[in-house]
Amino acid sequence: MIKVENLTKRYAGQPAIRDLNFEVGRGEIMGFLGPNGAGKTTTMRILASFMPPTSGRATIAGFDVFEQSLQARAHLGYMPENVPLYSDMRVTEYLRYRAALKGVQHRRVTERVGDVKELCGLKSVENKLIGALSKGYRQRVGLADALLAEPDLLILDEPTIGLDPNQIRQVRELIKNLGEQHTILLSTHILPEVEMTCSRVIIIHRGRIEACDTPENLLGKIRQAGGVVLEAKVGKDNGADELKKISGVREVITDGQDDWKRFSLRVESGVDVREEVFRLATERHWSLRELSQRRATLEDVFVEITHSDAV
Amino acid sequence: MRKFYTLFSREVRGYFHSPIAYIVLIFFLIVSGIDFYFQVSFMNQRQVQYTVQEAFFNSIFFWFAFVLIFPLITMRLFAEEFKLGTIEPLTTVPVRDWQVVLAKFFGALVFYVILWIPTLLYFAIFLKVTNEPAAHSAGAYAGSYLMLLLLGMFYLSIGCLTSVLTRNQIIAAIISFCAITLLFFLGLVQFILLDVSSETRDLLGYFSAIEHMGTFSRGVIDTRPIVLYVSMTIVMLTLTHQAFQSRKWRL
Repeated sequence: MIKVENLTKRYAGQPAIRDLNFEVGRGEIMGFLGPNGAGKTTTMRILASFMPPTSGRATIAGFDVFEQSLQARAHLGYMPENVPLYSDMRVTEYLRYRAALKGVQHRRVTERVGDVKELCGLKSVENKLIGALSKGYRQRVGLADALLAEPDLLILDEPTIGLDPNQIRQVRELIKNLGEQHTILLSTHILPEVEMTCSRVIIIHRGRIEACDTPENLLGKIRQAGGVVLEAKVGKDNGADELKKISGVREVITDGQDDWKRFSLRVESGVDVREEVFRLATERHWSLRELSQRRATLEDVFVEITHSDAV
Repeated sequence: MRKFYTLFSREVRGYFHSPIAYIVLIFFLIVSGIDFYFQVSFMNQRQVQYTVQEAFFNSIFFWFAFVLIFPLITMRLFAEEFKLGTIEPLTTVPVRDWQVVLAKFFGALVFYVILWIPTLLYFAIFLKVTNEPAAHSAGAYAGSYLMLLLLGMFYLSIGCLTSVLTRNQIIAAIISFCAITLLFFLGLVQFILLDVSSETRDLLGYFSAIEHMGTFSRGVIDTRPIVLYVSMTIVMLTLTHQAFQSRKWRL
């Protein structure tokens, strides 16, 4: 669906993205992850033929976004960052206008506009001026607009930014459902969102792709960032010294001033040390009130990838 | 064609959704109303060689209001879209750039035409009150309004070009105001520089909006200004299109 080859964009000589290569297959939900200024919006703008790349090429459904931009755009539903809208138009009026621009057949306009309003929960504000809408509703108008022409591909730049937790959940559900029929490329910096919705993730940092894999594989690579958390009363023992001796434990971080101490253990990937820890505790007569395994999250992946580079 | 029509009707409606349209309309009605009143009362006091209609379209009042309205009409066309970022959804749907440019131009032209419609009333009222026509012939009306349309097209296309060059409406307005005023005064140079040759004078006269209006409002339809203004409009719109596309140049 999307094919990107050696894509580079420079602003006044400063590279915003460098030699990007990736592909998004039909029916995939691809998450685009990166800190601010990593090049997410730039990449999406190039894919939406809003601006040309400095070099390299990108195709959508086989059409070059620069050379055959009109055909490429016909396959695309794009929701730009911050959703710029005409504030002097009413919701229904705007959606009808957009539908006509996107070449939705005249007799289907009313039906499509009704459908997307239903889907995005815009029924209650359909006759309001867009300028009077809250951020959340504006966001939904943008999403409805992207869906109007039933495009094969959706490119959503930060679809959940500025929404409250309930709305985020709704939009996430919506995206998940849409993923059954559409190919989706979405950018975000909310990590649980990616973990829950995306079939693959690209982590982009300083204009380069640092990782591109399924969320599970990314987690697998960095399992050691997860570990075991232990809260115990260790008496005269230091605690950390003993725990370090357990094979598989790489590092122990101690927290807590009073009797109860909290130990965070970083362990090697694929090793479960909880049984060993318990045995140690009974041996040394420690009182134990918590022993749990912490699963690694994409956050760990993200931090590891984007941080190691920065230092 | 449907996409062009969609963009075009959005432009026309956009004018009436914004307060600027009403301010321009009111300002223009006041100035042209005063103009008409002054011309008529002036003629009541002394014998003159020209008609009310000629006087109306050739007075200082008229030209003052005339050069001022174009920046007001055109400044928002592209600049506002750039500023608000709405250019991004607009250019990422499958519409061609020339459709956008022409829709904006014709949208502005329609608003401009609407601006002039009330002035027809003045002549109708004059006829009813005095039982005398305001002009010698129907051709004089046709000529003046045709010249208004031609000048309007040209000056609006200049406004389009300046609006596409910047994201700041005020800058767009100032540049187009300067450009239109300079063009306008080009026609006055022959009265200021008295020692220029007659060829230069003729050449400058060819660009003189005042002279063209003088001719057309007498009912003399000359094809030379028609060619000049139509071709200049096309040139300006082509430049606008190029400037609008320049965002897609690989730099």
